[in-house]
Amino acid sequence: MDFVTTIRGSWQLLLSGLGITVAVSLIAIAAGIVIGFVSCMMSLSKISPLRVLAQAYVWVIRGTPMLVQAFIIYFGLPQVIQQFVPGFTLGAFLAAAITLSINAGAYLSEIFRGGINAVDPGQIEASRSLGLSGGRTMRRIILPQAVRITTPSLVNQFIITVKDSSILSIIGLGELVNHAKVYVGGTYQFFATYVWVAVLYLAFISVLMLVSRRIERNLNRDKDSD
Amino acid sequence: MTKILIENVHKTFGTREVLCGIDLAVGVGDVVCVIGPSGSGKSTLLRCVNALEPVTSGRVVVDDIVMTDPKCDLNSARRNIGMVFQSFNLFSHMTVRRNITLAPMDLKKMPAAEANALAAELLAKVGLADRIDAYPRQLSGGQKQRVAIARALAMKPDVMLFDEPTSALDPEMVGEVLTVMKQLALDGMTMIVVTHEMSFAKEVADRVIFMDNGLIVEQGTPQDVFSNPKEPRTQDFLRRVSQAG
Ligand SMILES: Nc1ncnc2c1ncn2[C@@H]1O[C@H](COP(=O)(O)OP(=O)(O)OP(=O)(O)O)[C@@H](O)[C@H]1O
Ligand SMILES: [Mg+2]
Repeated sequence: MDFVTTIRGSWQLLLSGLGITVAVSLIAIAAGIVIGFVSCMMSLSKISPLRVLAQAYVWVIRGTPMLVQAFIIYFGLPQVIQQFVPGFTLGAFLAAAITLSINAGAYLSEIFRGGINAVDPGQIEASRSLGLSGGRTMRRIILPQAVRITTPSLVNQFIITVKDSSILSIIGLGELVNHAKVYVGGTYQFFATYVWVAVLYLAFISVLMLVSRRIERNLNRDKDSD
Repeated sequence: MTKILIENVHKTFGTREVLCGIDLAVGVGDVVCVIGPSGSGKSTLLRCVNALEPVTSGRVVVDDIVMTDPKCDLNSARRNIGMVFQSFNLFSHMTVRRNITLAPMDLKKMPAAEANALAAELLAKVGLADRIDAYPRQLSGGQKQRVAIARALAMKPDVMLFDEPTSALDPEMVGEVLTVMKQLALDGMTMIVVTHEMSFAKEVADRVIFMDNGLIVEQGTPQDVFSNPKEPRTQDFLRRVSQAG
């Protein structure tokens, strides 16, 4: 249970794992924002096939464990594609990034939708009465207000995405937990190693929260300057 | 000359008929005040004029543009029709200046400097020149409503629609908003005003419309309607209002 010895022996392994955790999480957050935004716009669309598609996506992703999704994408998908493209393989990192992205995307889609629906309809009527089109009203009035409303839930979802990345150690992604397991396998230093893992997650998520708070404060700067 | 023409307008929500055949013509520079009990369809009628609410049947024409024509370019037509709401609906994430300059800059491609000058001019007109950099939440109700009027005027509309603009205000703030509206009427603006302010209607209206249950029950000069109402429903309504006031 010697923390100093443990970190001396494991820091290279843990830091490289943390690097993968950071990379896959940030990719998933960025891609998830894009996917979530598109899915949200589709779910609010007047074109019903788009709406149904977006609803089905959110329903499937939210209704199944990410572990199962990861298995389907990492083990199952290449098998299907191999029938058309012989020798096709999907690397663990790519499979993990896809799984985490579509997961974050589904939850973010719902958060965005909630934010947009929470905007006072009077704001939209005022905008339309001035002659602004639906699209312009979306960009000028609805989205800026929805972003302010949803920032806390967005940050929450980002944190969940970081933590969820640990599940992907199961498909062999060499992230933080995976590397910790490797180290523990040779040294049996369970307690010290996993405490260090927890510390590293805490550090990364704290940085993420600080950055988010910065952005949130910038968005709301006008609101606080009374 | 007719500025606003409403012909046999019907509006149903689900199975409920809220407007049951409204006919109304408003001339250039006329001020028409609409009074009537809650739920009689006053707001719905006003919202049919700028097509915020699509009519079920009938025709609405503003400045020779048929608002009820499915092919009508509503975004373009609405630029000419200002609307002021009971709940102000100022854009909460924008300064007073931006609230006013948004539409002219976005829709008329007005340069920022010109739009800012316009905002300053309009705010001076409604007595709020010093609040140009404030946010809506920093303003009183009466100030918010005066900014909302300035915002609507920024598009230089020919027609202004007011839906109970003073109903959400504390009594001491009603006057400042009515003063601005009176000035607007004097400047020759064509206005439809839904209001419970009978004294305003008496003083400013060219014509008063009394609505009940989706119909225009009585109309005429303020003199006719207030001093000499013919319909029992109008008499009843006016009696109740004067008791409440
Ligand atoms: N979007 C809607 N969906 C369903 N019913 C509606 C809708 N808008 C209005 N109504 C109904 O239509 C009727 C007339 O409403 P409206 O708002 O026009 O009345 P009003 O005369 O403006 O009343 P108030 O003085 O209370 O503002 C009411 O019974 C109302 O419930
Ligand atoms: Mg009303």
